[in-house]
Amino acid sequence: MKRFMKFFNRRRSWSLPYVIFMAIFVVMPLVLIMIYAFQSKDGSFSMENFHRFINQPEAANTFIYSIGIALITTIICLILGYPAAYILSRLKLSTARLVVMLFILPMWINVLVRTLATVALFDFLRLPLGEGALIFGMVYNFLPFMIYPIYNVLQKMDGSLIEAAEDLGATPRQVFTRVVFPLSTPGIVSGIMMVFMPTISTFAISELLTMNNIKLFGTTIQENINNGMWHYGAALSLIMLIIIGITSLFTDSSEDGANEGLL
Amino acid sequence: MVNSNYIIEITNVTKNFPDKVVLDNVSLSVRKGEFLTILGPSGCGKTTLLRLLAGFNSASSGEIVIGGESMTGVPPHLRPVNTVFQRYALFPNYNVYDNIAFGLKLQKVDKAEIENRVKRALKMVGMTDYEHRDVQSLSGGQQQRVAIARAIVNRPQVLLLDEPLAALDLKMRKDMQMELKEMHRDLGITFVYVTHDQEEALTLSDTIVVMNEGKIQQIGTPTDIYNEPCNAFVADFIGESNILNATMVRDRLVRFMDKEFECIDEGFGENTPVDVVVRPEDVYIIRNAEAAMFHGVVRSCTFKGVHYEMFVETPDGYEIMIQDYNAFEPGTEVGMMIKPADIHVMRKERTENHVEGVMIDATHVEILGEQFECLPQEGIEAGAKVDVAFDFSAVELTDDPDDGVSWGTIRFILYKCDRYHLTVRTDEGENIYVDTHDVWEDLDEVGITISPKALRITKL
Repeated sequence: MKRFMKFFNRRRSWSLPYVIFMAIFVVMPLVLIMIYAFQSKDGSFSMENFHRFINQPEAANTFIYSIGIALITTIICLILGYPAAYILSRLKLSTARLVVMLFILPMWINVLVRTLATVALFDFLRLPLGEGALIFGMVYNFLPFMIYPIYNVLQKMDGSLIEAAEDLGATPRQVFTRVVFPLSTPGIVSGIMMVFMPTISTFAISELLTMNNIKLFGTTIQENINNGMWHYGAALSLIMLIIIGITSLFTDSSEDGANEGLL
Repeated sequence: MVNSNYIIEITNVTKNFPDKVVLDNVSLSVRKGEFLTILGPSGCGKTTLLRLLAGFNSASSGEIVIGGESMTGVPPHLRPVNTVFQRYALFPNYNVYDNIAFGLKLQKVDKAEIENRVKRALKMVGMTDYEHRDVQSLSGGQQQRVAIARAIVNRPQVLLLDEPLAALDLKMRKDMQMELKEMHRDLGITFVYVTHDQEEALTLSDTIVVMNEGKIQQIGTPTDIYNEPCNAFVADFIGESNILNATMVRDRLVRFMDKEFECIDEGFGENTPVDVVVRPEDVYIIRNAEAAMFHGVVRSCTFKGVHYEMFVETPDGYEIMIQDYNAFEPGTEVGMMIKPADIHVMRKERTENHVEGVMIDATHVEILGEQFECLPQEGIEAGAKVDVAFDFSAVELTDDPDDGVSWGTIRFILYKCDRYHLTVRTDEGENIYVDTHDVWEDLDEVGITISPKALRITKL
């Protein structure tokens, strides 16, 4: 009993439930994906699944198309989100909090409900579902993820840097291009990560907003797994994971440097 | 009033923030090439004044003229001034060279010229060979040097410095002070320097402007300010001092500590209440108590490096601070003398409290936002506006703000050798002044009670 209390009192021990949960539901599936991806149907080691991805144009095309859609979504989010974040960061803190809250409010509703509502809206306005609707839906869903990190960086920026630039003769426009924008890149980078990565793998939004006419990579994976093609599905998942992993590694290092700059 | 000798002319400038007046009708002229220091405690409005000069804030009223041109509505980037910020404000996304070249590049100065000038500026601040360093890798002192180089490279007419040395350690600060002084001489431009450090102000400046509560208290050379402080605040803020309540008996004769002293001040009138300042180094201390002007017992003696600092208590309970090269053991009976020229007499800003109020009924008056009891008043009807006067010593302060009729915060404490003179800001924003023997601390919240007998009410 005494031993148990000692164990219980160590703060580190409290993380145990989470560690167990992570091991079962995150680490194990990742390991399984690795194993499945390198197995053929009979269970022996092979690169068969990857050869199939390269040789079969359908999956590879979907993959490229998905990246394209994700890029477009990210760019639109950035174009809409940056000015919004900039304006927010200039507002009085209490007002800004309220507006940020309004941006985040829709996030409290489940993504499927929101997307179904978007479908209903398009129906009501007699707008066709398809690629346009898909991009609209993606931007609508992911815009707050772009605004928030940028707003955060801008809001924490040392005001005396802006004053120093003005003082040295910079017009408001030059203050922005030479100081504010370069210093907000860490926010932009994490905004891009937050939008780009999940958009590659979405499938619910694309299914609903295109009546299943446009397939994204997420859908392909889901279809394969639904149809019992576990090994091929696992390989496709692994390819996606690697791509996401590479981008996040790349941005992590640049973010570190930029964050240091802010301290 | 155009005078080409003045590079900056500030006329009747007032700055209001939503809940307080930060600058109250400030007027100030700065000569070309002068090293002017604005000195005051935090919150006195000195930084706000500097920000008005730089253009980061605009005045609520009044005018600022720099180099003969009105700065009203002129944004910071078009003003002929450059600022050195307290926390350096170097751009972390640029290296040392690009930070310094920032202003020149904006002016489209050609490349060779930029390089030449940046190099010279770096040499001036002693940072040659640091061009390509990342600004984040520099120490505080080095960053401040880069910040100074970044400002002077643009050859402004006026260099504004906002407590530039406040974040540096003592040794570094001393070195930088000397270097700033040299830079000022070499550049020949006007420096406007803001600090709360009186020693720094005395060391560096041609002219010191002492500010408190949004008002200029005194303008003068360091020697003037130190030797002839114009009021108790300045005397207390600049250097160490003994400040005493006194009465000017007649010209050249002042009475304090129940004794008459010869002095050299004239024109105060007869039997006028005044404040007297005696610097601790101006009190001569001798062993022979009989031959002295007044005597007392040494209560404490501390070695301060060059001199000893002693507190001597007189039989009447006055505590005098003395600095001398010789030490006198605590408990020693000593005599003291002051030369007439070392007694500085200052007009009192006020001799009693005056507040405006409204009669509630015959025995109650509303002042400081609350109802105070008073003696029955005849001939003043309820609702009449009145002036209420009361002595400094008539105010009683209590630890618990709820115990008083009204309450306030202690904003300023002046030790007057036998009592404390406190400035108490009430919750309504009015100042009242209190004499007390009790020890309070700055920013203590206190209850305020005034005896009904002490209130002298006159109808307005």
